Amino acid sequence: MKQNGASQSAAAQAAALALDVNSKPRNLWGDAARRFSRNLLAMISLSFVVLLIFLALFANVLAPEGYDNQQYDKTWLFPSLEHPMGTDPFGRDILTRVIYGARISLAIGFISNIIALAIGLPYGAAAAWYGGAVDFVLIRIIEVINSVPNLLLGILIISVLGPGFGNVLFVFAVTGWMGIARLVRGQFLSLREQDYVLAATCIGVPNYRIISRHLLPNTLSPIIVSVTLGIPGAILGESGLSFLGIGINPPLPSWGRMLNDYLSAIQSHWYLAFFPGLMIALAMYAFTLMGDGLQDALDPTK
Amino acid sequence: MTRYVLGRFAGIIGVLFIVSIMIFLMIHTIPGGPFDAMPTTSEFREIPEHIREKLMAKYGLDKPLYVQYFRYMWAALRGDFGISFRYGEPVTDFISRSWPATAQLGLSAMAIGIPIGIGLGILAALRPNTWLDYLTNVVVITTFVTPVFVTAIMSIIIFAVILKWLPSGGWGEPKQWILPTFVYATVQIGGMARFTRSSMVDALQAEYVRTARAKGLRERAVVMRHAFRAASLPLITLLGPQVVNLLLGSFFIEAIFRIPGIGGQITLALYNRDYPVIMALILLWTFAIAIAYLVTDLLYGVVDPRIRVGGTM
Repeated sequence: MKQNGASQSAAAQAAALALDVNSKPRNLWGDAARRFSRNLLAMISLSFVVLLIFLALFANVLAPEGYDNQQYDKTWLFPSLEHPMGTDPFGRDILTRVIYGARISLAIGFISNIIALAIGLPYGAAAAWYGGAVDFVLIRIIEVINSVPNLLLGILIISVLGPGFGNVLFVFAVTGWMGIARLVRGQFLSLREQDYVLAATCIGVPNYRIISRHLLPNTLSPIIVSVTLGIPGAILGESGLSFLGIGINPPLPSWGRMLNDYLSAIQSHWYLAFFPGLMIALAMYAFTLMGDGLQDALDPTK
Repeated sequence: MTRYVLGRFAGIIGVLFIVSIMIFLMIHTIPGGPFDAMPTTSEFREIPEHIREKLMAKYGLDKPLYVQYFRYMWAALRGDFGISFRYGEPVTDFISRSWPATAQLGLSAMAIGIPIGIGLGILAALRPNTWLDYLTNVVVITTFVTPVFVTAIMSIIIFAVILKWLPSGGWGEPKQWILPTFVYATVQIGGMARFTRSSMVDALQAEYVRTARAKGLRERAVVMRHAFRAASLPLITLLGPQVVNLLLGSFFIEAIFRIPGIGGQITLALYNRDYPVIMALILLWTFAIAIAYLVTDLLYGVVDPRIRVGGTM
């Protein structure tokens, strides 16, 4: 009897254990986090992104010198222990400028996407919710702005306003929100046709609750992916504008600006352009692969 | 069908009209005129007031803005984009002079990049999770995600500075064509491979592909005639504007490799406040992209009869 009881409790334990696996409260976010953490490439990218954020936040502590610290007895130095990435024609330490460059790139990347979200989300939601003439006008506005290639529009805006951090942000505020607006509009339009939204409407749920409880949560994961992938887009845009000499004003060290500044000396001192270029490329890879990983993790249908 | 094309065309004209007004106004709010002295250049010269006024009158810059706009657009419709302030020659001459280099670069990059990209994408989709797939992934990341100006500078560092195989810029002899063409082609390879792979993966899982295999078609026919035909649909969306971009040039490649093409000229024109050149280039660009989207939409119907525009549906 005792033995029987023991085996019974063992079976019960096993059953409980088996049940436990299934009864753990699993939700989309937990699943997504699990899927994401199993993706090696995405995890490596995430760690690099974290490193970049760390560099950007603590640049003034981590950087060996000031970013505009000109030492005229130490110009054009080849990479060495003292200056791991060498020094530029003004004797400024390249490593320092690369670290501060992370601050510029990430600030542009994050802030411009917050702006894009703040404009694009309500815009797309309004277009989808009101439909009809409102939708028509809102979509035509997007079409007009989109018909000018982004880089050209950016160049035009900068030539009107002049270069500088704020104006570069303004360029991305103008050009960056349309993707999110379209995405939100598309999602809202298809979600609105779903039966559960119809059911909610039937039992008299007010509009704002339908939007906040049904439409928005279901749009959240594509928005997260889109914003994550928007960050490398903005980093690319900033370094592109700065590379053309119309982005961030010197002496602030932007990676793109450094590429442009050091391009003319590439034959004699290639390492000057090499390290900023490498950082742009690595930042692009990290954010893009992290975004791809998020997309795979958040989309349970795949 | 005809109605649809005409309607779309009217839409393009409408968009162009609004865009042209927008750009016209924006360019005219840029501080400084073409005959103001530019303190940033080495040739710092003040133009006397009476001569400046005569110059402004000669180019019609003393008229009200809307008059200037309509005069400009009326001439532009007849193919006359005015005279470059900087070079003193008609803008159309200027564009046709700088276009061959741009077109040569774009066409050769396309001829190399697109077939390789599509081929890589198909192969990767056919053998998922093999070394070929991983290789494609690496190629995609290093070409598609890397900004083109970084690729260009890295390739100069490797092939021109360290290995000294190729010149780092210029556009006279064939040896100078190799590096920019190769760099521009890699961008196409990455983009095409990425999109071909993802749409081929979807297409290969379709029921009709299984049916085609089940009825004993050769693998080649299954892949090319069934799967790839369906998968090429999203590629067309990508290709249309891409072809136009290639033909109109890349700011970055042309600036880095010092190629005398259209792309590199536009930043120069902005710097010189050469309104006629800026206006013409942006209008041309916008128009070409809009036409590319229209052609893309129409090509959709050719490749995929299910969505033939204005047809039986």
